[in-house]
Amino acid sequence: MAKFYMNSAISLVLSVSVFNALAASEAETGNTDTAGTDTVNEQKIQSLEQRIQDIESANSDKYMTETHAYKRVTNDGFNPAISVILDGLYSSYKNNPEDYNLPGYALGGEAELAPEGFSLGHSEITLSNNIDDKFFGQLTLAIAEHDNETVVELEEAFFETLSLAEGFTLRGGRFYSALGYLNQQHQHAWDFQDAPLVYRGIFGNQYFDDGLRLAYVAETDLFLELGAEMFAGKKYPAGGQHTGAGSWTGFINLGGDIGVSHSWQAGLSYWSADNIEREYGGHDHGGTAEVPVFAGDSKIIGANAVYKWAPDGNARQQNLKLQFEYFKRDDEGGLVLLNSNPLEQSTLNSKQDGYYAQLRWQFVRNWAMGVRYDRVDSNNSGSDQSVLDEAGLTSTGFVPTRTSVMAEWAPSEFSRVRLQYNRDDSYQVADDQVYLQYTFGVGAHGAHAY
Amino acid sequence: MLIKRLKTLAASLIPLLVVLPGAAYPDSQTSLNVFACEPEWAALAKVLGEDKLTIYSATTAMQDPHHIQARPSLIAKARRADLLICSGAELEVGWLPLLLRKASNQKIQPGQKGYFMAADHVEKLDVPLTLDRSLGDVHAEGNPHIHTSPENILRVAKVLSERLLDIDEKNADFYQNNYKLFEQRWRQSIIKWQQQAEVLKDINIITHHTYWSYLNHWANMNVLATLESIAGVSPSSGHLAKVKKKMAKNQVKMIIHVAYVSERPSVWLSEQTGVPVIALPASVDFQNGQSLELWFDGIINQLVTMP
Repeated sequence: MAKFYMNSAISLVLSVSVFNALAASEAETGNTDTAGTDTVNEQKIQSLEQRIQDIESANSDKYMTETHAYKRVTNDGFNPAISVILDGLYSSYKNNPEDYNLPGYALGGEAELAPEGFSLGHSEITLSNNIDDKFFGQLTLAIAEHDNETVVELEEAFFETLSLAEGFTLRGGRFYSALGYLNQQHQHAWDFQDAPLVYRGIFGNQYFDDGLRLAYVAETDLFLELGAEMFAGKKYPAGGQHTGAGSWTGFINLGGDIGVSHSWQAGLSYWSADNIEREYGGHDHGGTAEVPVFAGDSKIIGANAVYKWAPDGNARQQNLKLQFEYFKRDDEGGLVLLNSNPLEQSTLNSKQDGYYAQLRWQFVRNWAMGVRYDRVDSNNSGSDQSVLDEAGLTSTGFVPTRTSVMAEWAPSEFSRVRLQYNRDDSYQVADDQVYLQYTFGVGAHGAHAY
Repeated sequence: MLIKRLKTLAASLIPLLVVLPGAAYPDSQTSLNVFACEPEWAALAKVLGEDKLTIYSATTAMQDPHHIQARPSLIAKARRADLLICSGAELEVGWLPLLLRKASNQKIQPGQKGYFMAADHVEKLDVPLTLDRSLGDVHAEGNPHIHTSPENILRVAKVLSERLLDIDEKNADFYQNNYKLFEQRWRQSIIKWQQQAEVLKDINIITHHTYWSYLNHWANMNVLATLESIAGVSPSSGHLAKVKKKMAKNQVKMIIHVAYVSERPSVWLSEQTGVPVIALPASVDFQNGQSLELWFDGIINQLVTMP
């Protein structure tokens, strides 16, 4: 044992000198007489390396007879792993982005377009670590700007059990719901700068709330996951005050491999919230003081499928990802325009559905391109059509669609620059939208989720 | 009405749930499920445990074990594992923690008997003096590709066999015996490989990445330069030009790269300098039944048959 310590101490000292010598040789390459010093330095390095090898071979016991459990030295220790996401973009539009609307959908949540010109996306700080042998914890803060005000949003703050019982996982706190594939990813991990139209229309970009999730992974060769979530029901597209669970979801996911190069996952989900008060126009810049509110019962069903391919299963150089999601929302209740005088109201029977399909192709290391198609539809009716008109719930037969293409360059796992173009036919006057976006991850290594 | 329908549904589902797991694993009672992150550990488990183990390798020799996602099939396999064998030293940092959480399998959580990190049991090379991402995707604990030295394999084999008999006491004698046989064979092989590798001593080589550090160290080869100036980042043309200049001043025997990376930078350099390129298989072809010994034989042969 002592021998080993001495050995490593000597190698450490020598490697420091090698390092210094290397640094010196690097520094000197700027000089005019580089060739001469290079060779001298290289000889120095070689002689030092030789000395290390000589010492090591002299000291090392070729076959260690006892097992040494070498101490783990990590950079996380007892502190949580910290990662910071820097995300920003330059946006250019043909139309005025403030006039954006999605016919047949009254928008809410964070469903606005990024402002024209330079802006920041969600700058995120994530802290996470195992709490003890039973629990994992994560906190994600997003710093964003809305209406010229910088706000700190608590995106996620949850605990998760590490091994509750065979195959069961319980998660509690605030988190993104598992009712969609994209919904569980943070925005910076998406393959396009903006949310699919169906996410924008139905979830106000993304759905999270405070609650509990119980998931079970079956003991089968085929991946089979069943889960249910209970939420407070405060967040869009739910809303209002609830005692107990205001909304709940159920989901099932299947997945597996086909040979070594292909893998897939497919899921179905259901969301239900009764007696909610859903307030639209969270970030509406229309200037109207009248706020549409839906009161009643709402249900969503969702389906998603993801397929990935990489030659020999080695995604490092080349890989392809196909992704599809469909959602349908059913609302049954009444619609009120708050602050209207006299109070305008109507019954509402709303059916909205839509899908997106996208493909991302990394054709060579560090470079990828993608294409996405979006389509949403709606069928809304009520006792007073003019109230629906004012709320933006009338589509008059218009079917919003959008086609996007993007190209991205990711020189390492921690950085990415993306150029995206949208041909946006999602409202009456077609728009051309261009985004140039950067996303950088600083700190702890992110998780490679599927 | 609804209740009645639900009852019928439940009645038809329950037998399915009972039958499914049983049908899928007829021998789950008799053999231990091993989840190996890399094929070298799958092969090592195979030689130590033989038919007492049902072994799954999460990656093949053609995959970069760093760039793996916690995909559904891996979660399903980890869910049923009794023993997890990985390299550790942050090689699987991008996907293993997530996989372990998703699989929610008590037996293979950190600190449990079923959690085995090979790199914890050997002395590591390339431990960085400073931790800075401008130096690339550095591994704070040192180089994780420890299996490229035959002596490391032997060290890991010893601890792994102890772990196996710890988990599966009823087969303790079997594991003990198997380890002894393996150790004997492996030591003889090392002597053979050392004799073969005599010609490699002190030769200058160029490598793509620091993948073969332990092998280079073991065979006393001198790595003049690596093509990746920064770990995990593709070689830049500027750096390649520097390497080329360096090669002109020294006698270089070969350019080595691991088979799963792009051969283009190595081939370009070879065309420029006339130094031959060899692509070494990253690991055992476990899926096709190759053994660690055959894999290592192949590597040594590839190296020594270079002119």
